[in-house]
Amino acid sequence: MGMTITEKIIAAHAGEPVEPGQLAWVKLDLVLVNDITAPLAINEMQKWDMDEVFDPEKIAMIPDHFVPNKDIKSAEQAKQMRQFARRHAIKHYYEVGRMGIEHALLPELGLVLPGELVIGADSHTCTYGALGAFATGVGSTDAAAAMILGETWLKVPESMKVVYLGRAGRWVTGKDLMLATIGKIGVDGALYRALEFTGEAISALSMDGRFSMANMAIEAGAKNGIFAPDRSTCEYVSERASRKYDVYQSDAAAEYADVVEIDVSTLEPQVAFPHLPSNTRAVSESTHVSIDQVVIGSCTNGRIEDMRVAASVLKGRSVHPYVRAIVIPATQAIYLQALREGIIESLIQAGAVVSTPTCGPCLGGYMGVLADGERCVATTNRNFVGRMGHPKSEVYLAGPAVAAASAVLGRIASPEEVVGCEN
Amino acid sequence: MRIRAKVWRYGDDFNTDMVIPARYLYTADPEELASHCLEDVDVQFVKSVQSGDIIVAGKNFGCGSSREHAPIALKAIGIGCVVAPSFARIFFRNAINIGLPIVEADVSADTGDEIEVDFDTGQITNQSTGKRFASKPLPAFMQQLISAGGLMSFVKNLKHSRAEAEGKCPRC
Repeated sequence: MGMTITEKIIAAHAGEPVEPGQLAWVKLDLVLVNDITAPLAINEMQKWDMDEVFDPEKIAMIPDHFVPNKDIKSAEQAKQMRQFARRHAIKHYYEVGRMGIEHALLPELGLVLPGELVIGADSHTCTYGALGAFATGVGSTDAAAAMILGETWLKVPESMKVVYLGRAGRWVTGKDLMLATIGKIGVDGALYRALEFTGEAISALSMDGRFSMANMAIEAGAKNGIFAPDRSTCEYVSERASRKYDVYQSDAAAEYADVVEIDVSTLEPQVAFPHLPSNTRAVSESTHVSIDQVVIGSCTNGRIEDMRVAASVLKGRSVHPYVRAIVIPATQAIYLQALREGIIESLIQAGAVVSTPTCGPCLGGYMGVLADGERCVATTNRNFVGRMGHPKSEVYLAGPAVAAASAVLGRIASPEEVVGCEN
Repeated sequence: MRIRAKVWRYGDDFNTDMVIPARYLYTADPEELASHCLEDVDVQFVKSVQSGDIIVAGKNFGCGSSREHAPIALKAIGIGCVVAPSFARIFFRNAINIGLPIVEADVSADTGDEIEVDFDTGQITNQSTGKRFASKPLPAFMQQLISAGGLMSFVKNLKHSRAEAEGKCPRC
């Protein structure tokens, strides 16, 4: 019987053959926590008198959610994690000034590599599947146990294959492919499963686009999202890796619980309406929605390619007077790169505000909280009730091109409406 | 063990942002989290919930964010059990890890009904309508975690038995 890439990675870390449905005890290559999930984990470790870590080089502690500190309580939580990191000499703790949004930062620093197995106390840990790694989110207590043991238990998921056929249009990004997928299969369409992304359109997709897609695997209920490493993966990883890694591919005879095909050649940029990521429509059916705010950033779409797309729409134009446009490069390196390319200047001249890395607005923390009745187009990953602020505010999820075009027109807009059909 | 209590009924895909909005994740204090439980979707909940009350929800309960603050808030406010036909996987693990009882069952019940959950037989009875429902038993390993006293207790025991096997147990 053939095996999927997910099964092979789990088997390699379990040290024995595995099959879907089986429980596996696995060794971990990295455990991730952040400023809002670490405190609960640290409290548990101390409560059980196990204030210890299996390997200070295999734990990443990233202050990114409410950092730079949004208030005194957030500052206390950040302090608790910082003190823990110092006490245990955690190698991969990144302070403000060096930190970034965790799921952009870790791949950028080469802390996750193909074939590795990672868990993180953040549901979007599944992002690293873009590298051909197995990565999944857990809660704080699981993370605490993992930081102590360097091991965890997993139920080996069945795999579900999504095949993207055809070539995507100019403004169609990984985000649009993923929103279309969630729209098709639903928010529990891949519940407990591994979501394996394949097909012609995937081979053509950039690494940044793949990160966007794997990031939102959780939005379909999946345990992990995964891409088999190819030339693009190797190029991305080769300049970052400082240790050996294993490249796995699914066997031709691997078994899938389901196979879904999506033709991207006719796909328009997508918009997910409130209050579920599965509530998707084509952008051309969404242009009646007036907006108050745009957020371009997050662990889904805060990478350099997203910044370039946003700038290509906003350069030489103006953010609509009724709109606040907030752009958040996800890491310091992305910010600096955007600065060097003139992107930041274009964005600021257009009337956007550019922030230091933070998850802030995505989860209604700070840096762009919405008032009663306000609507926001966000390149983030969740549009749940109250996600970005007041319970009666609304979040529309989209890629950076639609977000930037919407910022210009003050309503949900296709980039073609703004840029025209030039090029 | 059996519990019998009043039902709070909610729909499908009830996410953890609805259980506890992220703006309160600046604290790990269970009581403070409990005071904001469900406040964006049901303002009556915190005001009227009684200790032991049962949430009966639709499919995919606890989807979205991995925040363990969600089951912690539900437990701290006194929820005796969450019953749903399916749970999002991270919430499922978190609930077991922190000791919030959850039962996988498709139960028809409305807010205000009284239901009985028998954890030993897995049977659920809606006392208000007389209807009975079967639940899906927890996987064996989850039952093992619960009987060990939760994940951290399991980890402590595991470390102890490993140290013992290596002749390095600090307690022996």
